[in-house]
Amino acid sequence: MLNIIWPVFIIISIGYSILIGNIEAINNSIFEVGEETINLILTLFGTLCLWNGLMKIAENTSLIEKLTKIISPIMRFLFPEIKKGTETYKSISMNIVSNILGLGNAATPLGLKAMKSMQQENKEKNKLSNSMALFIILNTASIQIIPTTVIAVRTSLGSAEPTKMLIPIWGATIGAAVAGIISAKILMKKF
Amino acid sequence: MINYISSIIIPLMIVLIILYGIYEKQKVFDLFIQGATEGITIVAKLFPTLLGIFLAIGLLRNSGVLELILTIIEPIINLFNIPKEIMPLALLRPISGSASLGIATDIMKQYGPDSLIGMIVSTIMGATETTIYTIAVYTSIVGIKKIRFVLIAALIADVVGMILAVVLCRLVSNGFC
Repeated sequence: MLNIIWPVFIIISIGYSILIGNIEAINNSIFEVGEETINLILTLFGTLCLWNGLMKIAENTSLIEKLTKIISPIMRFLFPEIKKGTETYKSISMNIVSNILGLGNAATPLGLKAMKSMQQENKEKNKLSNSMALFIILNTASIQIIPTTVIAVRTSLGSAEPTKMLIPIWGATIGAAVAGIISAKILMKKF
Repeated sequence: MINYISSIIIPLMIVLIILYGIYEKQKVFDLFIQGATEGITIVAKLFPTLLGIFLAIGLLRNSGVLELILTIIEPIINLFNIPKEIMPLALLRPISGSASLGIATDIMKQYGPDSLIGMIVSTIMGATETTIYTIAVYTSIVGIKKIRFVLIAALIADVVGMILAVVLCRLVSNGFC
């Protein structure tokens, strides 16, 4: 995707500024981009390593497995076809919990494993089953308690309250997930 | 209250994770070091991507092309009461994670992270995912091309998330909650 968007952005911008005679501004942005990126990376560096370190501890405990119990009522509503106690059920619920905790490293492999085992139970192999579809939608909605990257960026830009938008984030992300689930449940009957 | 919850949640989570690790007899410091070391690779890989994105976005903004596009689409987005400054992020968010991170940073740098625009941008980044990329990864692992309603439902979720981000940030910055 970026192989198309990236060159288009650059060519159009440079072409346009030559056309309107704005080439000085273009030069400035070319020469400043290195420093700008380094500054951001330096702050991200500390925060991302810090969270990755802390989350490694969480990944190595049974925390994720314990927390899957809390979401079991939601699981029954979302995935009625998947029986509790099966390997598929376990991967799906562990993927959801890892996403919520922001354990991206753990979430993706679990999610891929869940997809593969749902495919085994899928009747039409070339078409997503209802459970698979809902599972993907849940992953695109990404409910997350602590969005570490955003906090890191805000800190690096000198925010007075880097965590101020946590509650709007929870509201928006839960609202988005609910909207995704409702549309899926409705569309599922028609497509 | 809202500020208190926002500031207590992170320290609280750190203590919980560490206590839980000790309770399960894990070598917590060694694990921390291992994770932090892996973090170096993540950041190192992120640098070239961000460099490329910042180049493209910087050119787009300084050349005046961005302003031009925003002026054209302004009447449409006014219908949804969405500030036009966040539109570049709203359009790229579902497509590319690193591109949207670059754009979000760029917008926050211009308007300030604590301004209304900065808050909305932060909320969108925290509340939504790289939808199209995620769908591609999860469907390609099982080799399925018939994705039925998944793209539509996921994009509906994204739009709802973005509109909620605008509404909720307005509420918070007006001093509600």
